[in-house]
Amino acid sequence: MRPAGAARGRAILAALAAAALILFAADLALGSVRVPLREVARALAGLPGDPTSASIVSVFRLPKALTALAAGAALAVSGLVLQTLFRNHLAGPDSLGLGAGASVGVALVVLAAGGPGSSLLAGLGTLGYGALALAASVGALLVLGLILALSRRFDDAVTLLIVGLLVGYLAGSLVSVLVYFGSPQKVQVYLGWTYGSFSSVTRRELPVLLGSVALGLSLTARSSKPLNALLLGERFAEGLGVRVRGARTRILVAAAILAGAATAFCGPIAFLGIAAPQAARRLFRSSDHALLIPGSALAGSIFALAADLASQAPGGGAVLPINPLLALIGSPIILGLFLRSSRSSPDRV
Amino acid sequence: MSRNLCVLAARELAIGWRRGREAVPLASGITLSLRPGELAALVGPNGSGKSTLLRSLTGLQEPLSGAVELCGRHLAGLAVEERARLAATVLTDRFDSGWFTVFDIVAFGRYPFTDARNRLSPRDRAFVLDAIESVGLGTLADRRCGELSDGERQKALIARAVAQDCPLLVLDEPTAFLDAGARIEAFHLALRLARDQRKAVVVSTHDLDLALRYADSLWLLDREHRFESGAPEDLALGGAVGRAFDGPGLRFDPATSSFRAEEDSPRVFVSIEGEKAAAAWAERVALRLGFGIAGGSEDGPHAADGPAAVIRAEAGPCGPGWRLRVASGERSFESLEGLAAALRELF
Repeated sequence: MRPAGAARGRAILAALAAAALILFAADLALGSVRVPLREVARALAGLPGDPTSASIVSVFRLPKALTALAAGAALAVSGLVLQTLFRNHLAGPDSLGLGAGASVGVALVVLAAGGPGSSLLAGLGTLGYGALALAASVGALLVLGLILALSRRFDDAVTLLIVGLLVGYLAGSLVSVLVYFGSPQKVQVYLGWTYGSFSSVTRRELPVLLGSVALGLSLTARSSKPLNALLLGERFAEGLGVRVRGARTRILVAAAILAGAATAFCGPIAFLGIAAPQAARRLFRSSDHALLIPGSALAGSIFALAADLASQAPGGGAVLPINPLLALIGSPIILGLFLRSSRSSPDRV
Repeated sequence: MSRNLCVLAARELAIGWRRGREAVPLASGITLSLRPGELAALVGPNGSGKSTLLRSLTGLQEPLSGAVELCGRHLAGLAVEERARLAATVLTDRFDSGWFTVFDIVAFGRYPFTDARNRLSPRDRAFVLDAIESVGLGTLADRRCGELSDGERQKALIARAVAQDCPLLVLDEPTAFLDAGARIEAFHLALRLARDQRKAVVVSTHDLDLALRYADSLWLLDREHRFESGAPEDLALGGAVGRAFDGPGLRFDPATSSFRAEEDSPRVFVSIEGEKAAAAWAERVALRLGFGIAGGSEDGPHAADGPAAVIRAEAGPCGPGWRLRVASGERSFESLEGLAAALRELF
């Protein structure tokens, strides 16, 4: 990229980071109980202050805000690299059935192995949270491997998406069988998980989520060079000296970890994986992954934090589910970006 | 590197596919070589194995047997990264270039040389700009690739390969999708890169005419997957081009270097003489109307009786003119349209 483009890219990244930071602070301050920003800062810094505010912030809101930040970034980046790898802008963790694969993993852990409690993972220790993240990632990876194997045979985009859909149904029916044989209590827990939420992650589970997301993001970030080449096709990349098979495997594993971890802890969250990379491309007017990876991550975090804020807007303790809110907030923004850039945009998005 | 060292050499190469353990040969006995500064054109009918040969020569596909040497090193022993510094390939794969500009696409050529974060050094940047300049896209460097015409896009892709700075440049069907002018430009560019930058350039193409005109060396694959190489003129004159391309009702005529529909041998012969350009176009008219050319390659038994008509071409002060002399007399024409009408009328 030429210097002028790079400077513009950095400016947009900085603006996105600022927006994410503001939303993050707002997510800590706002909710059914308003906590003044000063108290928020005190609680974060560990300074003495109002004990109620401190416990609201550190026990409830901080994990929730961090979860939204991490899950949003994870799903967005997972979507971005899948879209690049499949060279299809409709690819994403949910459209390719990764969410469904992760659901099977979660259903297996929760319904078959989970404890008797009423929360998602009551009875599971830290080891259990790790197992949950691992099961979801493995489920996502299995689906991804299957789709990748099939995509060698069917090279066109539509077939690929149909395969993703079919794999989704397959996973769904597996889950149905597990639900059928599960105890009512566990089924209740599992169904609660499927609605999607950022607030079910506790402080104890948080390190597993953040660790998995950090791992996935760093794997992806190190692949930004081959990702750019792969965008133009595998044979093009090979001609440039990319070890295609290794790069592809590394990227797919990263995508599965990201989608798996986010899905394991927040439920199957649609929309973000497809929409956030789309928004980032439009915003940066670039196809360079060195920009698009941090850009998509920030866009994903922003959408997730905004949805989380909105989910508690009504006040009085009622919390709206995340999935519909995400689409409600995100769709108009993305449509707007499309309209703004439709004149100068490439033929195929 | 010594000036005469072959950039690309293949000995007794057999190409094809492996289906499980079984080898499906496509062509064998391929021996070829290419030196710096030379342009080779690979031609052959559809399905003769051109793409497979190109892939085998650049390491994208394993040959069934035989060896390929790139700059004196065995291709099979080269790592992907090393290969990318010796051979740059422009494939026919169509892709969505997204938001990438011409500069971005050409900068991919520096990929084998940049660090893990793909940052361009000032030297890389200079290479990219030179490459863009060398294909004549200097003014379009910041244009998005999706906004280019097919010809400009092809040039950008060639510039990408030039920026890769390899001794071997392989262009797979660079003239596909291009209009007539852009096709000639593409060949001209390939020749210039060979001559000016001392690259060995391989171009596969369906434009036999341009290949015969521009290539130093013609690589020919025919429908039976036989391979021949040599100077294009030798192969045309010796009949190899005809053997590769002649189909039912179609024949390559070495005299005019063009394909003609195979018809019954002409009954009537005309003789054409005079000013070169005007005569050449008059000959095309006569051939189109089914006449034989006396003294030309169509020399048949009738020629002994003398031509039925003599056309004399002249470059007059106010444009060319043609004189048609037959047994019954002589007529003059100012246009070939008129000449054609008269020939139709008379015979």
